[in-house]
Amino acid sequence: MLRHLALACLVLALGGCGKVWNDPYPASRARANILYSAFSERPKHLDPARAYSSNETEIIGQIYEPPLQYSFLKRPYTLEPLTAQSLPRVRYYDKAGRELPADAPIGQIAESVYDITLKPGIYYQPHPAFAVDAHGGPRYLHLGAAGMAGRDSLADFHHSGTRELTAADYVYEIKRLADPAVASPIYSLMAQYILGLRRLGAQLEQARKNDPHGFIDLDRYALPGAQVTGRYSYRITLKGKYPQFLYWLAMPFFAPVPRVVDEFYRQPGMAQRNLSLDTQPVGTGAFMLTVNEPNRRMVLMRNPDFHAEFYPRHGMPGDAARGLLRDAGKRLPLLDGAVYSLEKENIPYWNKFLQGYYDASGLSSDSFDQAIRFGVAGQAELAPAMRVRGMQLITAVAPSIWYLGFNMLDPVVGGLDAKHRELRQAISIAVDYEQFIDIFLNGRGVPGQGPLPPGIYGYDPNAYDPWVYQRRDGRIERRPLAYARELLARAGYPDGRNAATGQPLVLYFDTMASGPDARARLEWYRKQFAKLGIQLVVRATDYNRFQDKMRHGNDQIFEWGWNADYPDPENFFFLLYGPNGKVKDGGENAANYANPEFDRLFEQMRYMDDGPARLALIDRMNAIVERDAPWVFAYYPKAFTLVQPWVYNVKPNFMANNTLKYRRIDPALRARLREAWNRPVLWPLGALAVGLVLAVLPAWRAWRRKERQAAR
Amino acid sequence: MMRYLVKRLFYAVPILLGVNLLTFALFFVVNTPDDMARLQLGTKRVTPEAIARWKAEHGYDEPLFYNPKAAGVDKITDTLFARKSAAMFLFDFGRSDDGRDIGQEIRTRMWPSLAIAVPVFVIGLATNISFALLMIFFRGTYLDWAGLALCILLMSISGLFYIIAGQFFIAKLWHLLPISGYSGGIHALRFILLPVLVSIVAGLGSGARWYRTLFQEEIGKDYVRTARAKGLSEVRVLFGHVLRNGLIPILTGAVAVLPLLFLGSLLTESFFGIPGLGSYTVDAIQAQDFAVVRAMVFLGSLLYIVGLMLTDISYALADPRVRLG
Repeated sequence: MLRHLALACLVLALGGCGKVWNDPYPASRARANILYSAFSERPKHLDPARAYSSNETEIIGQIYEPPLQYSFLKRPYTLEPLTAQSLPRVRYYDKAGRELPADAPIGQIAESVYDITLKPGIYYQPHPAFAVDAHGGPRYLHLGAAGMAGRDSLADFHHSGTRELTAADYVYEIKRLADPAVASPIYSLMAQYILGLRRLGAQLEQARKNDPHGFIDLDRYALPGAQVTGRYSYRITLKGKYPQFLYWLAMPFFAPVPRVVDEFYRQPGMAQRNLSLDTQPVGTGAFMLTVNEPNRRMVLMRNPDFHAEFYPRHGMPGDAARGLLRDAGKRLPLLDGAVYSLEKENIPYWNKFLQGYYDASGLSSDSFDQAIRFGVAGQAELAPAMRVRGMQLITAVAPSIWYLGFNMLDPVVGGLDAKHRELRQAISIAVDYEQFIDIFLNGRGVPGQGPLPPGIYGYDPNAYDPWVYQRRDGRIERRPLAYARELLARAGYPDGRNAATGQPLVLYFDTMASGPDARARLEWYRKQFAKLGIQLVVRATDYNRFQDKMRHGNDQIFEWGWNADYPDPENFFFLLYGPNGKVKDGGENAANYANPEFDRLFEQMRYMDDGPARLALIDRMNAIVERDAPWVFAYYPKAFTLVQPWVYNVKPNFMANNTLKYRRIDPALRARLREAWNRPVLWPLGALAVGLVLAVLPAWRAWRRKERQAAR
Repeated sequence: MMRYLVKRLFYAVPILLGVNLLTFALFFVVNTPDDMARLQLGTKRVTPEAIARWKAEHGYDEPLFYNPKAAGVDKITDTLFARKSAAMFLFDFGRSDDGRDIGQEIRTRMWPSLAIAVPVFVIGLATNISFALLMIFFRGTYLDWAGLALCILLMSISGLFYIIAGQFFIAKLWHLLPISGYSGGIHALRFILLPVLVSIVAGLGSGARWYRTLFQEEIGKDYVRTARAKGLSEVRVLFGHVLRNGLIPILTGAVAVLPLLFLGSLLTESFFGIPGLGSYTVDAIQAQDFAVVRAMVFLGSLLYIVGLMLTDISYALADPRVRLG
């Protein structure tokens, strides 16, 4: 009996997945048009007003549709309409309400008005919130405790419906940004610009005191900064001028949320069942979330009500040759779905990718050497084992920067005078980030030449930081260490000693990095400073203490980074804008850099439209920051992605978060290769059986002998 | 026995209260509510206003243990500790700082944890005891020494190595089982086979050696000699007498951990992608999600107390000389 049970279990265990035994997915889906990917950290928030991290927007970007999106193929990053009929044209008004010309001086502009008109005929994914009863009213509102009994998931609501997207849904979402129960991370920023949002926030704070989590009908609260002007049109009014606002309109924060969905999820008993907008999003996008088990997997399936959207017909030169226009004009999405599995550890993730169970993979340090070789010219290329499998290597420099910051309020390394500046310049030369990139990043980075990374308007690939680099024989190279020592001497520290006291110069490096992995990197930093005779003391601490030090200015040198929110230089220069200082204003300027000239230029540049005049200002700002050196511009990270041979239409786009709809796979090829790569190897089972017999046989004989022998 | 159990249950209340108090104090010494808010709100554009709103929304704007602004009893009850602790004794764990219902999470996650932990416990215990008894059977022979050497070898290897080696050989090289993942129902079997196998092998060395020591002590006792003198076979002596008398120390170790099986194993679950409770607490500590940490510490303490009570009961059942009162 037991033997039969064990056999049945074995058959189920091994045979449940078809010709291969190690397939983690059901055999029935072996040839499905579904993309398989993974996430290492579960998304905390899926509410579009709340989600900000990349692992969150990676999911909801496919579900929600803000009015605008980034072009999939065009570079530099370009906005285009998504649900809007066209890019909104901004109109400016003075205090008296008179319309101003587009080039009106910033001082005159009291309000900016964006009128957005939507495409009609866009429908939401099927959802119980839209289900109607026999009288045409909502079927699942005001359920009460009795109505919620037996309903633990959305599948327990047997009816669903859809409805057309309207402008009111976008306005409703803008109001949700002010709701304390939503806790949107951009509320404080938007309250500075959207007319009346702060007032609405105060009203809602009051309302939430009586009803912390229940439904509050936001339609009953007026918001002058966001108003419905027609079934398909709405108007956003901003205080003053904020040209970067258009980029926000391409983020999920400004995606539509229908009032009825909010009311549905705010019913008593929903939150206890983990049913909320934060866990079960409802959108008009190409996909809908059908399974949300963030501790295991998340499944996106094609939205049956998705509107007509087509693969772009035009791209950049070279896109056609790379096969990126092969699907031009085809209706989107090209996939039926995507399954994201939780994979916390790199080793199983990488091995499953090699077995064909993930369609793409990044590269960790552990797997880098297996996958990549460097050619004679130093270029990264696929290792032969990967090339044989037909894999593709896709690399792109991210619009991000890592930097070593100096606390400009610190008496030793801060200050704008020549001596302190020369100390920072000397350090900038000594810390050899080319070497860092080679040793610690396996070449996955580009040395920084200024605060703007590639992909951001104003980035010049031919420009270099003249205080750290020099041109020699037509090549850019780091200035010699002797020059750094000279600068250090001029700063009052010949050979790393204080010229007045003779004491060695001791600097402090605050970092969150600790543990064995970080030790080598921190030691490397010590050595870089030691090249100038400077003693670097590493103060490793946890996240909370580090943040605390930064807030109070108790730091001296620190490591920090920034990923672009949008491809505008304002999004990087604001990290160095004086009134945005971390200590004084709680802002993002962690170095507390405050140069009046830079601040004045920033205030001009941020409001300007792109063009030669703006570029000239950007160049001047770059020059000031490079000279003052409040940061050592460490590197712009370079992303390496390995893609399986059956995956098509992969073009890195660090701004767009809704690119899944363009992706295509060849499921038949995938199934064939998976079978070829994963044939079960059975000889170890035989060897194990033989081994067991060989081990047990003498033991059995010894036992028999012992049992038969007479007592002694 | 009933009286004893009720008494022990009453003792548990002040213990749980103390554990809760200690958790509160320790957690808030390390993390201020501002730190928690900052971590929940992310690293970008976190303003003091956003922090204040988050704290108010999650009830972390109240004093920890004593509210001087309140009147009367409210000075004690209108505090973070009172509000968050009282509900827990009714098993209402509330919501995590990212808004998910903790009770629901625990109810969902405990099954995958049990799916690994129960077979590992049962099969592991049976394997360890059988292996130990085999070594005792062949004591003094080359088989005993070989078994002992094998135990020491197995003990000397890190647990992580077994996981990586198991995944490498069985899943990656021989393609016999999935490397990681999980599925509901009967399909879970495919995913738990490898972690169960790896966990049993990883625990075999220390387990079998410990039990061998216990049985070694028993085998020399008078009742064993008497049993042999009566003409019983060695197998009956070992399984019928030695094992029975060695049960008390085995129960001490085994029954106490029985309720803790719910809490799963961090390393195994993490590497094999098992969505259990093992990683829940550690993830919460990393995310500074106090609500989850508090709930899991409470649950862990409760289960430990239950485990100790079960041990006492099992003593009484295994050894008629033990009386609970």
